[in-house]
Amino acid sequence: MQAGAQWVGGLLLLVAAAAAPFLPNWVVSLATIAFANALVVLGLVVLWRVGLVSFGQALYYCIGAYAVALMGRWIGFTDAIALVLLGGIVAGLTAAGIGFLLARYREIFFAMLSLALSMILYGVLVKTESLGSTDGFSVLTPTFFGYAPHGAQLSRALYWLTLAIDAIAALFVGLYFRSVAGALAAPIRDNEIRVEFLGVSVTSIIHTKVVIAGVLGGLGGALAAMTIGHVDPAMAYWTTSGGFVFVTVLAGSGYVAAAFIGSLVFEVVRSFAVDVMPQLWQMTLGSVLLLTILFLPEGLGSLVSRLKRRVMKPGTAP
Amino acid sequence: MSTILEVRDLEKTFGQLVAARDINVSVPQHQTVGVIGANGAGKTTFINMITGHLSPTKGTILFEDKDITGKPSREITGLGISRSFQVAQIFPTLTVFENMCIAAAIAHRKPGMFGNIMTPVRSAETTAAAEAAIELFQIGRYRDVTANALPQGVRKLLDIGMAVAGSPRLLLLDEPTSGISIEEKFDLMNVVMSALKTRKITVLFVEHDMEIVARFADRVLAFYDGTVIADGTAHETLDNPKVQELISGVRLKAGAHA
Ligand SMILES: Nc1ncnc2c1ncn2[C@@H]1O[C@H](COP(=O)(O)OP(=O)(O)OP(=O)(O)O)[C@@H](O)[C@H]1O
Ligand SMILES: [Mg+2]
Repeated sequence: MQAGAQWVGGLLLLVAAAAAPFLPNWVVSLATIAFANALVVLGLVVLWRVGLVSFGQALYYCIGAYAVALMGRWIGFTDAIALVLLGGIVAGLTAAGIGFLLARYREIFFAMLSLALSMILYGVLVKTESLGSTDGFSVLTPTFFGYAPHGAQLSRALYWLTLAIDAIAALFVGLYFRSVAGALAAPIRDNEIRVEFLGVSVTSIIHTKVVIAGVLGGLGGALAAMTIGHVDPAMAYWTTSGGFVFVTVLAGSGYVAAAFIGSLVFEVVRSFAVDVMPQLWQMTLGSVLLLTILFLPEGLGSLVSRLKRRVMKPGTAP
Repeated sequence: MSTILEVRDLEKTFGQLVAARDINVSVPQHQTVGVIGANGAGKTTFINMITGHLSPTKGTILFEDKDITGKPSREITGLGISRSFQVAQIFPTLTVFENMCIAAAIAHRKPGMFGNIMTPVRSAETTAAAEAAIELFQIGRYRDVTANALPQGVRKLLDIGMAVAGSPRLLLLDEPTSGISIEEKFDLMNVVMSALKTRKITVLFVEHDMEIVARFADRVLAFYDGTVIADGTAHETLDNPKVQELISGVRLKAGAHA
């Protein structure tokens, strides 16, 4: 069944990649942002499986984004692939450091501590006038191994890069979920004592999850920064984190692919809501979330499970 | 026979309360040791110190001649000591098979810092080990039942089965038959003890039922007020007048009540 899900995911990805030349520029950009943000959501899914919610994932998103922007500003470095990796690494290192603290907390304390840390970064950036304070600053146009596309070409190049990073991340997270560390999510949620007495450090498992989520957040932020062409402190603001949590609830934690589809749905709903009824878009999002929680408590992903149950005759289920 | 566990001058205090004191015990390999004592006598505290759940206030614990005093529980597990709990500690939202798989996968982890990530939880090796453990503990009927729906006895067996997955050389069982009806106790202990014999594991078990102790223990330690007041063969300890007065007598009265 797992293998089946992977094939479907791979196929969707190829379709998404092949569609790019036929889509208008704004759609490509919207999808790029959605798929970049989906990486952050995937990180939240990793945490959510073990019962943890971070209301400060924008911290890593912002770090990834600023890492990209600052490399351009300081040394004029613009290679997109190297910059994305850099964003992931810097955010991952930050998570590795913070993880020593975070991994000792659970539930609301974990959530609030994450939030607090992201708001510290926000505060620092707002106060840093050399980086444009609340206005932020712009990101140099990225290049690809010396090739410097513009306009629609650039949008598509970033879109494809984002899809490639998504594919690698999805593959990695899929493998991770099937490893001992990944499979321990439910056991840790259920009974930490038993896990410790089986010889595993719960703290270090959670620490690893914090780092994975941090790397994914940084990759997402780096891709978003290049796509938007601009960074500002709002990327670390709690409403940004809240948006990621929103999509995580929308997507559910059952399937890796749900993070990407959920993120796309979110961006589409948001952009239409903002265009069509600018005063009501928060209300629209709120209603979507309400409906999700009421009718799809396990997220969009559970639609797939329901469908599968309906299609398969009883007895043939795995 | 070589000594597997050596405990010297062990003491544990909680503020003013002395939960364990002057404990000196040496356990040879392959012995089955029963531990008796009234409620609050310090039996669980004793086990908790050996398995690293509690750090002793004083004294030393040697496992296979290695000092393990005060080490964290997961490290002690790694060295070869496992335990079960007075209240079975299992993963309630997973099935029996999934519970066993987790335990087996942890036991079969690849070495190194990233062992937890590099080892798949389901592999031919781990599923075979899980199936074997389910068979050894005779809970195949419940293989696909979610653990929170299991009868008490099966929970206990699952808890012990998971503890055994890591191939420990010493296993500490804290009241394996608590919460089990009298009729079922002997069957449960038979399953457990024969499984442990197969695996050649040295066992120390806490038990309130003197008949069970007499039947399964080679040697019995009697705890009273935090310390060992009698130590000998099952007959020696159970016939000890002090033990009868302070422990078994109390239990018999308690038993008459129930
Ligand atoms: N963490 C703790 N903090 C404070 N006191 C404790 C703690 N653990 C145990 N005690 C106390 O230490 C004493 C010994 O308790 P212990 O649990 O070892 O008894 P026991 O022999 O296992 O009893 P039972 O047969 O009821 O399981 C008791 O008085 C208990 O209240
Ligand atoms: Mg006890």
